[in-house]
Formats: sequence, structure tokens, C-alpha cells
Amino acid sequence: MTELFRAENLTMQFGGLTAVSGFDLSLCRGEIVGLIGPNGAGKTTVFNMIAGYYTPSEGKILFEGKVLNGKKAHEITKLGIARTFQNIRLFPDLKVIENIMLAYHCRIRSSFFGAVFHFPLYRREEEEMMRKAMLLLNEVGLAESAEEQSSSLPYGKQRKLEIARALGTGPKLLLLDEPAAGMNPSETQELLDLILRLKEDFGLTILLIEHDMKFVMRICERIKVLDYGITIAEGTPLEIQKDPKVIEAYLGEVRTC
Amino acid sequence: MDPHRKRNQALSLAAIAVVAAVLYFADSGASDYQIRILNNCAIFAALAVSYNLINGVTGQFSLGPNAFLAIGAYTSALLTMSPLEKELSFIIDPVIWPLNEIQTPFYVSLLAAGSVSALFGLLMGFPVFRVRGDYLAIVTLGFGEVVRVVANNTQSVTNGPLGLKGIEAHTDLWWTSGFALATVFFVGRLVRSSYGMALKAIRYDETAAEAIGINTFWHKMLAFIVSAFFAGIGGGLLAHLITTISPSLFTFFLTFNLLIIIVLGGLGSTTGAVLAALLVTWGGEALRFVEEPMQIGPLDIPGIPGMRMVIFSLLLVLMMIFARQGIMGTREFSWNAVFSGIRRLQRGPGKAK
Ligand SMILES: Nc1ncnc2c1ncn2[C@@H]1O[C@H](COP(=O)(O)OP(=O)(O)OP(=O)(O)O)[C@@H](O)[C@H]1O
Ligand SMILES: [Mg+2]
Repeated sequence: MTELFRAENLTMQFGGLTAVSGFDLSLCRGEIVGLIGPNGAGKTTVFNMIAGYYTPSEGKILFEGKVLNGKKAHEITKLGIARTFQNIRLFPDLKVIENIMLAYHCRIRSSFFGAVFHFPLYRREEEEMMRKAMLLLNEVGLAESAEEQSSSLPYGKQRKLEIARALGTGPKLLLLDEPAAGMNPSETQELLDLILRLKEDFGLTILLIEHDMKFVMRICERIKVLDYGITIAEGTPLEIQKDPKVIEAYLGEVRTC
Repeated sequence: MDPHRKRNQALSLAAIAVVAAVLYFADSGASDYQIRILNNCAIFAALAVSYNLINGVTGQFSLGPNAFLAIGAYTSALLTMSPLEKELSFIIDPVIWPLNEIQTPFYVSLLAAGSVSALFGLLMGFPVFRVRGDYLAIVTLGFGEVVRVVANNTQSVTNGPLGLKGIEAHTDLWWTSGFALATVFFVGRLVRSSYGMALKAIRYDETAAEAIGINTFWHKMLAFIVSAFFAGIGGGLLAHLITTISPSLFTFFLTFNLLIIIVLGGLGSTTGAVLAALLVTWGGEALRFVEEPMQIGPLDIPGIPGMRMVIFSLLLVLMMIFARQGIMGTREFSWNAVFSGIRRLQRGPGKAK
């Protein structure tokens, strides 16, 4: 398997607080890797560094051999890394289908004048956007909600829509921040199947953060555990479940709660 | 796609034809006063639509229109005035080269007005949109004052506080309504394209917009520059309508007026902006009486200039409290909505839901 992504010694400091330190990660094409850890461990911060929202205080990020440090979030998306957010961030007043169509906007070739004056290229591209968006909605089972406002969707569907929107940008690496949060067991099961199917259909590599341990253990091939910004364990789900440091980090958290 | 597309296009064309017919008769039959109101309505409708693009659609709070109007007005006036006219008006300092030799047709001067204005938009947008936050309001507010101070003091370019007089009255109903139509067409099409959707995405959530690959910096620049371009042309038309301009004409009041209009229309709604521009411009005329001296019973009330502004300000405050959505919210006028509204009425109020 070839390497798609590598992070070396990533460190993020906010003033005096070190949210993440010395984070290393290598992802091979087609892998699903989990990132877990107690609240405030620095998981989302890792995502924010990879996706270009935070500038790492130290370290290097490589994607398909290119250095990502210093690139803006939208540039990183165009290179092929898409993300979802821990607290869903859709465009509430836009229709479901518009949310998805927008994801294709970053790749259109039409100029803005072409779009205003409906040049043939733009008309073709707009039809193409619509068609692809509809296909994607079908894929995640939201086709019948296409014309609804995205804010009117129930929570579980909003999560799926956000994932579909991320897929619209044409990613090779997908970052999912707690995709199963707030879902009941049957919804979680459905989401698990969906993610596995999307991974195959779109040839994705996935890095995901999740608190639902059953979900993580079943879907991930490899897991990394963060605690207070430090990587305390790494391995297969079986190894992680038995790791005394992981058990302590989680039990310790329960005690302080 | 839309099964009613043909019908809707026909209705839109019919509406334009009706407006054109009204303008045709107004052009020959209406009084100067009525024509002036119609001109103002058309110019303000276009200005409101372009202002709404940056403030409403994109959600970037600009206070720039008065500055862009001033830049457009001066640019185009200096271009259409004849060299002789300029020599006669610039009595303190002669006008500098090449302005002392240049004279262009009206339409060229309007394009120049839009372009120069857009260039200033670009220069301001560059530093402002690099950082997040509401710096645009501060920078554009300051810029408006700077433009006025500069216009007052660059005697050999703007003729200072004396202003420019004897600008030819090229602007007529056809120019203003044509400009309004072109602005609504351009901005309306832009808003409905994927570029426009990207602008709305930026208003809702900049972080999410970046996450789906939208270059928020350039999209904000785009909206701001387009907005400045149309405001500049509007300034040019205004200059050739009132034929005399001076720095004191382009105060913050102009911007404030436009702000009221786009809030009333519903921030983000292009058709709302048009509707509100017509209402406020016409309402401003209708309310003229409140500034006249009047007698209520035994009370003698002297004329209070500026009373209309007080009423408009109150209106704005009341709207912010009770009707933040304005007339249209973020919706747009559409024939389909009209027809479904009519159908609902026919079915009777009982089944309205
Ligand atoms: N922009 C920021 N400025 C200052 N501190 C921050 C910022 N972002 C995150 N932090 C801090 O960094 C630490 C790690 O936060 P992070 O959101 O990465 O945790 P997490 O592992 O995702 O937690 P959770 O499971 O609750 O989502 C926290 O202490 C948080 O307060
Ligand atoms: Mg988090």
C-alpha cells in the first residue's frame, strides 16, 4: 500500500497551553484510521491543523508528497482533503441540493462573467453540478429531501448531508469529526454501513474522530489515542482495548467527571 | 426543470413592456417633478441592489456607497465637461493635465466612473478581506470621509468646495431605467449562479465555505468590486441628472438612506431591494410635508428640516426590533410564488395551510 498522507511532529500551542504535541501519523491509501481520546485531548485540533484552519507551531504535514504547511483551508480542500465538523455546519437557508452543488463550485472552470451571462460552458457545468449532486444525494439516501431547506432535516440526515457535501469536493482523504455523535444505535449502524460503502465507491482514505467505542472498534483498521495532546497508544482495535494506558486515560476521565 | 419557465419569461417580458410604456408616456407627459422622482427611484433601486450584494447577500458590512458615488460622479463629470467649461469653472486653480484637454462621450464617462470606483473597491478590499472581522465597516466609513476631504482640498482636480457646475444633463428616464434594469439583471443573475450561492455560503458560515473549497477572500472581493462598479456608474448618472455636484452632496446620509432601503427590503433579497427603493424614494417625497411649517389646532409648528431623516431612523429602529426580516426576508419575488399565492387565496382562507 502506498502512503497518501503523513504528519510529522505536529505541535499546536495556544498561548501557554499545548493542545497537541509531537503528533505523528502516516496514512496509506484506502485505510480507515481512528483518532480517539478523552474530551479536550486535542483531536479536533489535529483536524484543524491538517485542514489548514490552524497553523501548527511545529511540524510538517505532507499530502501526496506535497507540503501542506502554510496553505489555506480552501486550497487544501482543492488538493483533496475534505472534512466535516464536530458541530454540524451546513448552510441552513440553502436547499439540501444547493448545499451539495456548492461543493462542486470550487472546481468549475467557468469565469464569473460566464456564470452571469450564462455562457454555454457555464450552462453545461451547472447541469453537471445538478446531476452530480443528485447522484450523491441518492448515494446517501437523501434524494427525496433535495428541495427541502437543509435546516429542516432531522439531525441524523444533517450529518449525512454534511458528509455528502464533503464528498462533493472530490476528496481523497476524508476527515470525519464525531460522525456518530447524537445518533441512536440503529442510526449508528446505518452510518457505519454508509461510510464503508462510500469508502469503496469513492476510493477514500478516512481519518475519523469518535467517542462511540463500539463504532470505532468496528470500523477502524488502526487507532491512535491522544490524551492531553500526547499520543499514548497506537495499534489495532484489539491492541488498543487491552492497552493499560488507554484504560487509565478513560477511567481517569470517568473518575474526574 | 421548471415547467412554467416559458410562462414566467413571457410574464417578465410583459412586465418590462408595461414599465417601458409607462416610461414612454411619462417622458412626454409627466411634470418635471414627477420625472425627477422616477429618475431617483430608478437610480436608487440600482444602487440598493448593488449595495445589497455586498451587505445582504455576502454579509459583509460595508458603509462605502457614498464614497463610490462621489468617485463615480466626479470621474464622469470631469470627463464629459468640455475643456472650455472646465477652464471657466476652475477659477482658483486651473484643472490639471490631462483633464484640461480630455472630453469623452457620456457612456464612456460612465464606464470610467464604474471602473475607477471598482479600482478603489479593489484597493480597499485587499487589506480588509485578508483578515476576518468587521473591519470593512470601519475602513469604508473612514474612506467616505477621506474622499470628501480630498474632494474639498484638491482644488485643481475637483475644484474644491466650489464643486462642478454646468454638467450637461445627459441623464434621462431611459438612462436611469436602463441602468436599473441592467443592474437588476446582472446582480440577479450573479446571485442565482453558483458564484452567488458561494456568496450566500460565506454569509452563513465562512468556516464551512472554506471547508468546501470556496476562496472566501476572492469571492468577497468579487462582490465588493461589482458593488463598487455599479455604485460608481450610479454616481455618474446622478451627476448628469442634477448637473451640479460638490463634496457636501456625498455625505454619510446617502449611505444611511441605502442602508434603510436594503434592511427594509430584506437583507439578501434583490427584488426586496428594488421594492424598498421605490417605497423609500417615493415615501421621502410624500413625507416632504412634515418639514413644512404647519398648524395643528392652536399649535404653530415651524418647519423642521431633517424631520424626514428622523422618521426614517425611527422606521429603521422599529424594523430592527419588530421586523428584522424586512419585506422579503432573503426570498425573491417569483411568478411561481405569485401563482401559488393566488391559488391559496382561491381555495379560501380556511385551507390556507
Ligand atoms: N482556538 C483555540 N484557542 C485556544 N484553545 C483552544 C483552541 N482550540 C482548542 N483549544 C484547546 O485545545 C484543547 C484541545 O481541544 P480539542 O477541541 O482539540 O479537543 P478534542 O479532543 O476535540 O475534544 P472533544 O472530544 O471535546 O471534541 C482544549 O483544551 C481546548 O480548549
Ligand atoms: Mg473535538
